[in-house]
Amino acid sequence: MKYKLGTAAIAAIMAAGPVMADLVFPSLSYRTGPYAAGGIPFADGYADYFTMLNARDGGIGGVMTRVVECETGYNTEKGVECYESTKGEGSLVYQPLSTGITYQLIPKTTADGIPMHTMGYGRTSAANGDVFSHTFNYPANYWNGASGAINYLLEQNGGDLNGKKIALVYHNSAYGKEPIRTLTELSAKHGFEFKEVPVDHPGQEQKSQWLQIRRDKPDYVIMYGWGVMNQVAVQEAANIRFPMENFIGIWWSGSENDVLAAGDAADGYKALTFHGVGDDFPVFDDIQKHVVDAGNAAGAGDQIGTVLYNRGLYAAMLAAEAVKTAQEIHGVAEITPAQMRDGMEALSITEEKMAALGLPNFGPTFDVSCENHGGTGLVGMTQWDATAKEWTLISDFAPSDMDVIGPLIEEDSAAYAAENNIEGNCG
Amino acid sequence: MNEQLAFTIEVFANGLMAGVLYALVALGFVLIYKASGIFNYAQGVMALFAAMTLVGIQNGQVPFAHLINAIFGTDVHKFGWSVHSFAAILLTVIVMIALAWAVQRFVFRHLVGQEPIILFMATIGLAYFLEGVADLMWGSELKALNVCASEGNCLPQGMNVWLEGTTYEALGYGFFIDNLDIVASIVAAILVIGLVMFAQYTKQGRAMRAVADDHQAALSVGVSLNFIWVLVWSLAGFVALVAGIMWGAKSGVQFSLSLIALKALPVLMLGGFTSIPGAIVGGLIIGVGEKLFEFLIGAPYLGGATENWFAYMLALLFLVFRPQGLFGEKIIERV
Repeated sequence: MKYKLGTAAIAAIMAAGPVMADLVFPSLSYRTGPYAAGGIPFADGYADYFTMLNARDGGIGGVMTRVVECETGYNTEKGVECYESTKGEGSLVYQPLSTGITYQLIPKTTADGIPMHTMGYGRTSAANGDVFSHTFNYPANYWNGASGAINYLLEQNGGDLNGKKIALVYHNSAYGKEPIRTLTELSAKHGFEFKEVPVDHPGQEQKSQWLQIRRDKPDYVIMYGWGVMNQVAVQEAANIRFPMENFIGIWWSGSENDVLAAGDAADGYKALTFHGVGDDFPVFDDIQKHVVDAGNAAGAGDQIGTVLYNRGLYAAMLAAEAVKTAQEIHGVAEITPAQMRDGMEALSITEEKMAALGLPNFGPTFDVSCENHGGTGLVGMTQWDATAKEWTLISDFAPSDMDVIGPLIEEDSAAYAAENNIEGNCG
Repeated sequence: MNEQLAFTIEVFANGLMAGVLYALVALGFVLIYKASGIFNYAQGVMALFAAMTLVGIQNGQVPFAHLINAIFGTDVHKFGWSVHSFAAILLTVIVMIALAWAVQRFVFRHLVGQEPIILFMATIGLAYFLEGVADLMWGSELKALNVCASEGNCLPQGMNVWLEGTTYEALGYGFFIDNLDIVASIVAAILVIGLVMFAQYTKQGRAMRAVADDHQAALSVGVSLNFIWVLVWSLAGFVALVAGIMWGAKSGVQFSLSLIALKALPVLMLGGFTSIPGAIVGGLIIGVGEKLFEFLIGAPYLGGATENWFAYMLALLFLVFRPQGLFGEKIIERV
């Protein structure tokens, strides 16, 4: 009896304790709170991809993956608590999913030697790897997005935006203000008039802003919104009969959530993206077979192919590819966070690689280096079809204006380096 | 017509409309505070819960589906039918009455005689509990809300074309008013008239006022405190449903809907916590004030996005001169 009890106790301890041999991917998700509608599909996509790798491939390089989820509620303090409580699990890479949490974690992850991936959000100048050694924001950042929108409009207007009016409707927060400097520089370069229209959190009431737009009659509106602000903005734009095809959202304003509430009125609305849309990719067959049909989906399995599910899956794919790169570099299967950082810094995403993963043309091709943690900054444009209720990619992944963005990244990262006495990581 | 004057009138009119929407939320707070002295922190979540319940019933969604599936290994999500909007509203009202009864039976009955701060803390707990229940019951995903009398005859959205055309012909400038705002104003007017008539001319309404005036005196003449509080919470639940419909129709039903309560606070501070007409007038003043300030000063000189803080500043200004709010009962402490 004593022997049985002892065995049971050891088994229980082993089951309860962390399995150090796993490749651990913390997921700082937000399935509750005002932004839950956006947080759930991303967290599901992130978790489902790793579940599929475990079921289909036996993990990565023969080592099983483990997703450790921690609920942040999109709250910065909770996000930091999540980081502190999960970093001891052998966490390989953090995806904070919030610009506020990212700013708090940049010094912490650097000090702890754990890499962080802020894909399409966070501190834009973290693209400068010489200053931000442990933060990566490939394949695109906020400034790439702003420039991508202007490049798209240039293309639509025969390369000339001179005399055009472009308004930026933005969430009145650090996130929403990110593109202002870039758009100001671009307005000087291309001769368009630039107007800022801030919207206070949470953005449920935007009558003043859209009456202002009705009066000012801008040719185009670019939006950097999140959560309920997006849905209200799309509805208000429809209310004042602003042409939807001239209304462009950043990728955080371009999911099904943002347009479904407005119904047919949202038809034609556009949004930037740095990854593919829809479920017409071979990888989703594997997700269905190995994850959903096996009853192991993180959610109800009904989010597959939605914009934010795809983004979570894409983030997981990039993390898994960085693990493979790290395993190749260091010749070990069970990698450390420091080795993961090396893998991320040597990451190369090619079309052949994406096709082999069941994600042909799903995202831009790019290479990461010590100096460049932001990739090539290629962005595409999607458009909402209200009848079919689906987003369609209407452009190739095109380059952004690095002549404008490059110096801004240099300037901002140099200021951060000076504040924090960073001498440069790339020799 | 002078363009600047036309813009100002347009902003003023839209401010009135926005104020009506704020007042709709504030009304729920007033009803409960008036009858029980409880500042109901959960009023915003009640609007969210009511709207989620309405959409869930309309779409034939199985409540607690995820929980049921997780426990029993089933895969049920929908009943396979849809319910007409009016029937769904009726069923939602029944759910809100059941909620009112449960709140009274399991929370506030045990807190009779406690300090107001304890009751307030209880409503904070209630808010988080209700948010969790709403999540479990209907899921966290965003839901489109559409209340329709018949096929294609739903809550109208978008610019009122008739008004725009008429004002353009008469004044040379077509004014913008959102159709949904017009409907909200009519509904709010009916709601206020109905609530005032209920309070003035029905037995239950008079009992409600008696409880509001003095709990002990009302008890001594045979008024059931429990019944009145269930009645008041039910009415607040109904008002929350109306607010949830109007706000949810704009943005879809999602968890941020509960934040509409933030818009009601300056209205309450200004209009008073105990007056139904005060909630309406307060809402209109806040709506017009914040919109005009944003148009005339905020956007041109301060970089915009002034509405949130200006509403509170305006309310604070009123508080300095009239602490009980414009229509609130004067606070007299006898010692």
